Amino acid sequence: MEKFDKLTGIAAPLPMMNVDTDMIIPKQFLKTIKRSGLGVNLFDEMRYDQDGNEISDFVLNKPAYRNAQILVAGDNFGCGSSREHAPWALLDFGIRVVIAPSFADIFYNNCFKNGILPIVLPQEDVDRLMDDAARGANATVTVDLENQTISGPDGGTIAFDVDPFRKHCLLNGLDDIGLTLEKAAAIDAFEVQAAAARPWV
Amino acid sequence: MTAPKTLYDKIWDAHLAHEAEDGTSLLYIDRHLVHEVTSPQAFEGLRMAGRTVRAPEKTIAVPDHNVPTTEDRLGGIKNEESRIQVEALDTNAKEFGVHYYPVSDVRQGIVHIIGPEQGWTLPGMTIVCGDSHTATHGAFGALAHGIGTSEVEHVLATQTLIQKKSKNMKVEITGKLMPGVTAKDITLSVIGHTGTAGGTGYVIEYCGEAIRDLSIEGRMTVCNMAIEGGARAGLIAPDEKTFAYVKGRPHAPKGEDWDKAMEWWSTLYSDPDAHWDKVVTLRGEDIAPVVTWGTSPEDVLPITGRVPDPSDFTGGKVDAARRSLDYMGLKPGTPLSEIEIDTVFIGSCTNGRIEDLRAAAAILKGHKIKPGLRGMVVPGSGLVRAQAEEEGLADIFRDAGFEWRLAGCSMCLAMNPDQLAPGERCAATSNRNFEGRQGRGGRTHLMSPAMAAAAAITGRLTDVREFSREPEPA
Repeated sequence: MEKFDKLTGIAAPLPMMNVDTDMIIPKQFLKTIKRSGLGVNLFDEMRYDQDGNEISDFVLNKPAYRNAQILVAGDNFGCGSSREHAPWALLDFGIRVVIAPSFADIFYNNCFKNGILPIVLPQEDVDRLMDDAARGANATVTVDLENQTISGPDGGTIAFDVDPFRKHCLLNGLDDIGLTLEKAAAIDAFEVQAAAARPWV
Repeated sequence: MTAPKTLYDKIWDAHLAHEAEDGTSLLYIDRHLVHEVTSPQAFEGLRMAGRTVRAPEKTIAVPDHNVPTTEDRLGGIKNEESRIQVEALDTNAKEFGVHYYPVSDVRQGIVHIIGPEQGWTLPGMTIVCGDSHTATHGAFGALAHGIGTSEVEHVLATQTLIQKKSKNMKVEITGKLMPGVTAKDITLSVIGHTGTAGGTGYVIEYCGEAIRDLSIEGRMTVCNMAIEGGARAGLIAPDEKTFAYVKGRPHAPKGEDWDKAMEWWSTLYSDPDAHWDKVVTLRGEDIAPVVTWGTSPEDVLPITGRVPDPSDFTGGKVDAARRSLDYMGLKPGTPLSEIEIDTVFIGSCTNGRIEDLRAAAAILKGHKIKPGLRGMVVPGSGLVRAQAEEEGLADIFRDAGFEWRLAGCSMCLAMNPDQLAPGERCAATSNRNFEGRQGRGGRTHLMSPAMAAAAAITGRLTDVREFSREPEPA
């Protein structure tokens, strides 16, 4: 997994609530057996018309946001399907940070597995960043994971919370499986005890 | 004396393989269900790292999302990408030695239907699958939830999941349901009440008389949609109905193991003084047959209602409702029962079990679907299909004018040939009415199988209580 420590980039505003993972990456793109190459179909049905032409007023089609690395969105971002294709598509497009007042659990979790930092902020902070983001390429935002701060174009900073373990993994680009296998002895011991207690499993 | 625990607490504690000081835990997984869409990258990851599947005997794979539901599928899947994905599962299942139900097997079906059917799903288990509707298995008093593909790989490699404990939420449905009201109406009404984020961060336990009165099939319908309320998992304490359902299934414990299992299973309930972080109570008598009008599962109203006006809402929901109505092609104030439909889809992991087909057939018997309307019944598994044929339900559907399909996820998510055309309006027994979910531009109204059957007859969203029907079996 690619590390995440600090990023200065363009933030794109997507002021919608309940953005579901079907919207982020529609089902026809889940037929891939790879993780890469999904960026071109990120938000496909909002981004392109039936004939595949770009819809010019969709945020990521606007010249100012084509290289956005931060997405600012509404409540319950990433709800619905567990498809990890959603963070894969965001990452492949270049998005490394998603900021919203709330996230759906599975999507939130999937982000951390892919080097994407999801940040939960109070609505008023999201509103402020949404305003900043509306200024497009003229206003870049800096996200600093080590110090857990977001700096807007006007100098103000916003602090955010993140789970210490997840922060550690993201800062160091750590592979979960490798970390867990270090605890193989605990898993072995558990299996022996569970097999005795619940032999039918 | 130990502190009182919820059912979730008990299952969690029994599966904790390791806990770090900050609460980050390794939860041992008893059953890992795998399908073709969210697993190829995980198996590839194992291969690249030279890892194996730690517990292939606890891993069960089946193709369901991509498979066509027409008879010609046995000659090979025509869509190349779908075929490659299903073939990848064929290969991975064989190479890594996991249990497998290929397309050609009569036991093939939707992963959340065949798990319980084959007795893989048992009370007190931890069950995961790269699919958000894994909560279905919670109906047995199992802790079951969806995971992403990275986690699929993690479970394959380690048989554990890195987790932090969720909070406890109790959803109680008191009293009795009124005629025409089903499990689907309960679960949709709960989401309508709590919103799609109401359960975020929680594991829900459904309880109360109306839940106890449900069959196991009905309980699966309720738990299936926990994720639509934001909760990763929903569960129901096991009882005599659960044990009776499980007993004798191919992978259920037998003999001494059964007795030992029963000893533990009968302790699987929330202690009377257990702590709940959130409690929601609905009266069973207040729940009506419902439909969705918008593009979020929280957009739920009784069938006797009218399409709402965006100005009825506050905050971000005003714009969301406006966008939904525009997408759905609906005008505020229209009676829901006047909305005409083009298609009826009966099936999915929410409502593709035998009892669902019985409920729909009970309404359809002696009727025809409205001329010009397209009707599709997709049983949840090959065995459900066989049973429905034996009970004469297939004939009722065919005589009414429905297509009688082979098992799969079908039009619930349209990754296969079963899709809506732009603007096509569907009465669906599935679980998501998101934009584009059943096909780009397709318009989905969620409802129970009985309501979908009634809509098929009249060609519009219809109150099932307009049709006299036999009382449902308990």
